[in-house]
Amino acid sequence: MGSLSFIGLGLSDEKGMSLYGLELARAADIVLLETYTNVMPSLNIQSLEALISKEVRRVNRQFIEDGNSLLRDASERDVALLVPGDPFVATTHIELRVRAERMGIPVRVANAPSIISVAPGVVGLQNYKFGRSATITFPDNYSEVPYDTLSQNRKAGLHTLLFLDLRAEEGRYMSVPEGISLLMQMESRRHEGVISPGTLMIGIARAGSPDQLVRGGRAEELASLDFGPPPHSLIVPGRLHFMEAEALEVLAKVDRSLLSKNIDRS
Amino acid sequence: MPKYKQTEEIVKLMSNKLNVRNIGTLAHVDHGKTTLSDSLLAGAGLISQKIAAQALALDYVEIEQLRQMTVKAANVSLLHERNGQNYVINLVDTPGHVDFTGHVTRSLRVMDGGICVVDSVEGVMTQTETVLRQGMDERVRPLLYINKIDRLIKELRLTPQEVQERLLKIIRDFNSLIETYADPEFKEKWKVNPNKGQVAFGSALHKWGFTLPIIASKGMKFSDIVDAYNKGDIERLQKEFPLHVAILDMVVDHVPNPVEAQKYRIPKIWKGDISSPIGQAMLNCDENGPLVICVNKVIVDPHAGPVVTGRVFSGTVHEGDILYGLMAKTEGRVQQVSLYMGPYREITPSISAGNIVALLGMENIRAGETLVRTQDKDKMYPFEKMKYISDPVVTMAIEPKYSRDLPKLIDALHKMAIEDPTLSIKINQETGEYLIAGMGSLHLEIALWDLNQRTGGIEITTTPPIVVYRESLTKALGPFEGKSPNKHNRLYVTVEPLNEKTMELIQQGVIHEDMDPRERAKILREQAGWDTDVARGIWAIDSYVNILVDATKGLQYMREIKDTVIQAFRLNVAEGPLAREPIRGLLVKIVDANVHEDPAHRGPAQIMPAMRDAMFQGFLSANPILLEPIMKLDMKVPQDFLGSVTRIIAGKRGKIISLEQIDQTMHLVAEIPVAETFDLSDQLRSATAGKAFWGTEFARWSPVPSSMLAETIRKIRERKGLPPEPPKPEDFMSM
Repeated sequence: MGSLSFIGLGLSDEKGMSLYGLELARAADIVLLETYTNVMPSLNIQSLEALISKEVRRVNRQFIEDGNSLLRDASERDVALLVPGDPFVATTHIELRVRAERMGIPVRVANAPSIISVAPGVVGLQNYKFGRSATITFPDNYSEVPYDTLSQNRKAGLHTLLFLDLRAEEGRYMSVPEGISLLMQMESRRHEGVISPGTLMIGIARAGSPDQLVRGGRAEELASLDFGPPPHSLIVPGRLHFMEAEALEVLAKVDRSLLSKNIDRS
Repeated sequence: MPKYKQTEEIVKLMSNKLNVRNIGTLAHVDHGKTTLSDSLLAGAGLISQKIAAQALALDYVEIEQLRQMTVKAANVSLLHERNGQNYVINLVDTPGHVDFTGHVTRSLRVMDGGICVVDSVEGVMTQTETVLRQGMDERVRPLLYINKIDRLIKELRLTPQEVQERLLKIIRDFNSLIETYADPEFKEKWKVNPNKGQVAFGSALHKWGFTLPIIASKGMKFSDIVDAYNKGDIERLQKEFPLHVAILDMVVDHVPNPVEAQKYRIPKIWKGDISSPIGQAMLNCDENGPLVICVNKVIVDPHAGPVVTGRVFSGTVHEGDILYGLMAKTEGRVQQVSLYMGPYREITPSISAGNIVALLGMENIRAGETLVRTQDKDKMYPFEKMKYISDPVVTMAIEPKYSRDLPKLIDALHKMAIEDPTLSIKINQETGEYLIAGMGSLHLEIALWDLNQRTGGIEITTTPPIVVYRESLTKALGPFEGKSPNKHNRLYVTVEPLNEKTMELIQQGVIHEDMDPRERAKILREQAGWDTDVARGIWAIDSYVNILVDATKGLQYMREIKDTVIQAFRLNVAEGPLAREPIRGLLVKIVDANVHEDPAHRGPAQIMPAMRDAMFQGFLSANPILLEPIMKLDMKVPQDFLGSVTRIIAGKRGKIISLEQIDQTMHLVAEIPVAETFDLSDQLRSATAGKAFWGTEFARWSPVPSSMLAETIRKIRERKGLPPEPPKPEDFMSM
C-alpha cells in the first residue's frame, strides 16, 4: 500500500519545510517537486536533495493537473509532493487530495507558511481585518475581478491582499509597479473612484525570505520603485487600527501624514 | 487614334459623373464574353480592329487563351460618343468560370450594369443563372447580349422566322430569371425589352451587332440582317453595325450613371449607417465627400509591385494621399493614381467618385478591402464581408525540386495569393510544406501553370491533389461537461446541427459576426426559426459555418472568459476530432458554467481544454459524419458520345441531374464527388474525341456514404500522421 504526502516548503528555501515534512520526504519512495505555482527565490535543489538524501524529480503543471500517473504511483508506493508555500492555501492541490482519498490512498499533510498567512504579519496588519483576495493577472488574461474585490473591501473598510500573476514556466513575474499600473488602468476604465494615485498601498517582495522588502506609500510613489527579484505582492489597506498604523510606519516606512488619513476614528 | 490623347479626354470626362457608366460582363464559360470585351476595346481604338477578335487582349495569361476563358478580371476605361455627348465606360471584366466565384463577386460590387452574354445556340444555362443571380444580389442592372447569331444562320440554317423565335425564347428565359431573382422593386424595371434597345444581338467573333432601335433607325428589319449574312456580306454588317456601338449605346441608355446607381446600390451593398456623413456622401456619389474606395482586385506588376484597383464610391483620390485599409489596419501612401486602358495603365493626377481607379504603392492591401483617409477609419463601416459561394475544396503540397529555388517559389505563391483571394496558400507547421488550396482540380491546374510562368519554369514536385472534407453531426445532444485541467472550472455545452436555412444565411453573408445582434436575432427568428433569446446570445459565427451561443443567464465571470471561450471554439471547429478536418454546421450552446472567481485559476490554459473536452465529447457522441465536396458538371455533348459520358459519370459515384436535348447536342448536368474528379477532364476528353465542352462548379457538401466513412477517416488520419482510429467521447472526459 502506498501513500501521498503533501509537503509545504514555505516561501523562501528548503529550510521552510517543517520537521514533520522532512520526515515524510525522507521516508518516501518517490519525491516530486512542483515549481509552477510560485517561485521560491532561494530554493536550491541540490541542498534540498542533500537534506532529504533523495533524488527530487521536478514535475510540471500538466503532470500535476492530470494526476493519473502520480496517483497510480501513490497507490503502490510512498509518494511525497513538495509544494511552494502551503499545499492547500493560495494555490490549492485539494482536487488531487480528494481523488487520492476517493481511491483510498492514505494522505498526509505537512503544512507550511503561505503568503496568505505571512503577508499580513510582514506589514503589521491584523489578519481578521482582511477581505477577499484576488490576483491581478497579465493583460492577456485580463480580468477586473481585482478591481471589484478592492471596491467591495474598501467599502467595508477591509484590507485587500492582491496576488500578482506569475507564470513560472514562462519566466514571467508581475512586479509591484506593473500591478499598480494595471489597477490604475482599471480605474480609468471604470471611473468608480476605488483608487487614486494617492491611495495608500504596500508592496511586498520575497515575503518570508531573509531579503524580503516591504514598502508602503502613495500608489504613484510605489509605481516608480524597484522591488527587485520576484515574487511580489500588493496590499491595499482599508481603515487602520492605530496599532496597525504604528506598525506600518515602522515596518513599511509609511509617512505619518499619509497614515493619519487612513486611521479609523469611529 | 493615339492613346494618350484619349486618356486626357477620359480623365476630364470622368469628373462628369452623369456621363460615366460602370459595367461588366456576366456570362457562361465560352459564351464569348472575352471576344465581346475585345470588340469593345477595338471600338475605342485601343487595339486594331483586325486582331480584336483574335487577340483576346483581356486575357493576360496564355493559358486562359488556350482554355478560352478569362481567369482574372481586368478593368479598362473606354470612350463612347452618343447623341453628340461623350461618355466614359469603365469596363470591369469578370471571369465566367464559376470555380473562381470570389472574383465575380468582387467585380460585381464595383459595377452598376452587367452585360449578360448568352450564346444563341446554347441558350440560358445554369451558370448564366448563377452569375445573373449573383449580379442581382449586388443590384447590378442586367442587360442582355445574345451572341453567335451567325451560328443560328450558318450552322443550324434556321429561317429568319425560326431565328426570331429562338431569340425570343432566350429573352423570355432571361426575363423569367429576373422575375425570380431580382429584388421586388426591380422585377419589372429590369426585365429587358428588345424594342427599347435593352437587348443586343450579334457576333462578337465577326464584330457586328445591333439593337432593334438601331436597325429601325437605318430603315431595316431583322430579316434584312439575316439576308445580309446569308449573302456573305459580313464586311457591310461590320461597317454598318459595329458591335461596340450596339453594346455601348445600350449601356449609355440603360445602365444608370453612378449618381443614380449609388442611390439604390449603397444601401444594399454596404451595411453601414446610411444617414452618417460617409453614408450620405456615398449615396450621393459626392466627389467632395470623405474618400471611400472599395477594392475589387489586386494584381502584382513585375515592375511596379501591387496594383490595387477599385471603385471610388465617394471623394477624390490624388497622388500622394495617405489611405487606410480597414481590413489590413494599415496606412499606405498612393504613389500613383492611374486608370486602365486594357493591359496598360495610364497615370493621372486624381480620379473622382463614381469611377474605377488603379493605385500604386499600397502594400498589404487585398481584394475586398475598403480604403479611406486615416481620419475616417473609425467612422467608416467596411463593405460587407465578401460572400464566398464556394470554399477551397482541393489542396496539394508543393515544393521545389532544388532547394535553391525555394525563395522564388515562395515569392510567386505569395503574389498569386494576393491576386487570387480564392487561392489559399498555407504552410504546414509540422512538415514545413507549402500547401496550395483551390476551388477545384482545374483551379489548381491553372495555378500550377501560372506558377511555372512566374518562376521561369523552376522544377517543382507536388503531391496528388487532396480533397478537403468537413466533419459534421446528425443529432442534438447534451449537456456535456468539460473540466479545466486544474478542475476548478466547469463548462456545460449542448451540440446540435445547424438548420439548412441558418447555414444558407451565413454563407450568403446575410448574417455575420460583426452585425448588430438585435438585427441578426430578428433575421434568425423570422427566417430560420430561432428563439430570440438564443439568437441574442450568439458569441461567434465561424467561417466554416458554425455558431457559438452563450445560453447562460447572469452567470458570474462569463464575460471575462468570453474571449478565451471563443478562441477555443474557433480552434476546435477548425480541426474536428474525427480527422482534424474543419467542422461544418455545428451549433454549440453553453448552457451552464462554473467559473473560478480568481482569474489566475481560469486563464486560457484552463478554459481552452475545458471547452475542447465539452465540445468534442458532444460532437463525437452525436453521430458524427464526414462531408465531402460535390462538384456540378454542366456539359454539352454530341448525342453519339452520351453513352460513354454517362458511363464515366456512373463510374465516379456521379449522378445525372438533368438531361435535355438541344438539336443534336445533349445538355447534361451531373453531380460528382470531387474526390473522383482528378482524372475526369482527361477521361471526358478522350471519351468524346474532344467534342464535348463543360464547366464545373462547387455544388454542395454531402455526407460520405456510410459504407466508405470509416475507411475515408482512416486514410485522412494516416496521411496526417495520426493514429488510424478516431478518438471516442470518453477520451475527452476527465475524472
